[in-house]
Amino acid sequence: MADLHFLANPARFRRFSQRVLPALWLVTALALVIGLYWSLVIAPPDYQQGDTVRIMFLHVPSASLAMAGYLLLAALGASLLVWRHPLAALMARATAPVGATYAAVCLITGSLWGRPMWGTYWVWDARLTSFLLLFFLYLGHIALSRAYDDSERGDRAAAILAVVGAINVPIIKFSVDWWNTLHQPASIMRLDGPSIDPSLLWPLLWMMGALALLFVALVLMRTETEIDRRRLEIAENQD
Amino acid sequence: MGFGALFLRDLRLVWRRPGDVAVVLAFFVVATVLFPLGIGPESNLLARIAAGVLWAAALFASMLSLDRLFAADYEDGALDLLLLAPWPLELAALAKCAAHWVVTGLPLAVLAPLIGGAFGLDDRSLLVLVLTLLVGTPALSLIGGLAAALTLGARRSGALLALLALPLCVPTLIFGASAIEATATGEGFWVHLAILGALALMSLATLPWAIAAALRQAGE
Repeated sequence: MADLHFLANPARFRRFSQRVLPALWLVTALALVIGLYWSLVIAPPDYQQGDTVRIMFLHVPSASLAMAGYLLLAALGASLLVWRHPLAALMARATAPVGATYAAVCLITGSLWGRPMWGTYWVWDARLTSFLLLFFLYLGHIALSRAYDDSERGDRAAAILAVVGAINVPIIKFSVDWWNTLHQPASIMRLDGPSIDPSLLWPLLWMMGALALLFVALVLMRTETEIDRRRLEIAENQD
Repeated sequence: MGFGALFLRDLRLVWRRPGDVAVVLAFFVVATVLFPLGIGPESNLLARIAAGVLWAAALFASMLSLDRLFAADYEDGALDLLLLAPWPLELAALAKCAAHWVVTGLPLAVLAPLIGGAFGLDDRSLLVLVLTLLVGTPALSLIGGLAAALTLGARRSGALLALLALPLCVPTLIFGASAIEATATGEGFWVHLAILGALALMSLATLPWAIAAALRQAGE
């Protein structure tokens, strides 16, 4: 916690991230190259799904990271409301579009995967629908944080929304599950069981790590930009 | 005292301009009437979709009147007085939402069975429709109240309000519509109604604080 408070000073954070970012980008690029080669070339095709299973290496990590990103957004919102960390607001601004992009990647790859597997781009499956709603929550956060002339008001309003949204995400998930079982009891759209072959699991975990690094690098870079932009705004207002 | 005074004040304001409520109810009727025109007059199909249509239309209708919930007080400075008042802002938020429910949720619940009957719902389903609307619409008023408080003074606040509130309203919509559906298929509707009640109570227990927080940052 002490470290978090230490980095809550935007100028200090900026010095820290400028030192960390080049190395982080290098590691991220390496991890992505290795991960993509591993999952797209080396990993064996699935015995049922053939090469389409490779979509999973992008689809599953982006889904997990989009959800984790919303939790991060809520945590940043809470720390803005509780401690008034100036950095939390800027980082939330930086995080939301990245999270929304990951959610969009998950939805798009999912629908491309659904076409050969289920014969349709979209089904009103519980998981798909609740993910679509998560995407809308992201959009609402982005729109709200940018809807004010006074950007600090947008930050605080969006922080409240993120906290309320995070409380609601499990409820939405539960109700959509219920809704789906009501309408179509037998859902066939699942990866079969928890058993996934190690030859597929390891590249999947690697890609998860690589995309998480990319998420962090993008958020840090965008936070730097937000700090600079806020400085410009203040400089402009002083004239 | 503060709660009652604010609640009655809001009701009195609406009473003096009844057109505002009438517009919302008219929207509800017109929006639902468009469905048979778009889909066709086949009564089986209409009875099948009635629950979803009526609930979705009720959701839109209650969003429609929300953007003025706090905006008038924000513009004329009454909100600043509420912020300074010696009673909790949470109660004030609750009073505003309660008044909003009385002038939209309640009339919608009274009006809905008339339209539901025209869609061919049977008597039992109509009764459940009224029950679900009575239990569920308070949650809509509270969620919408939060969205209204968050978008105070924002650009394009009307459209933004809907974008914020509608995803959060999904659970209420699902259980409201599914209770009616369950009645039609012969299942019991009590489970759905109980969950709907739980959602409403949870909104009641948490959202006034969120709304008050949003109003405080709007007043700063």
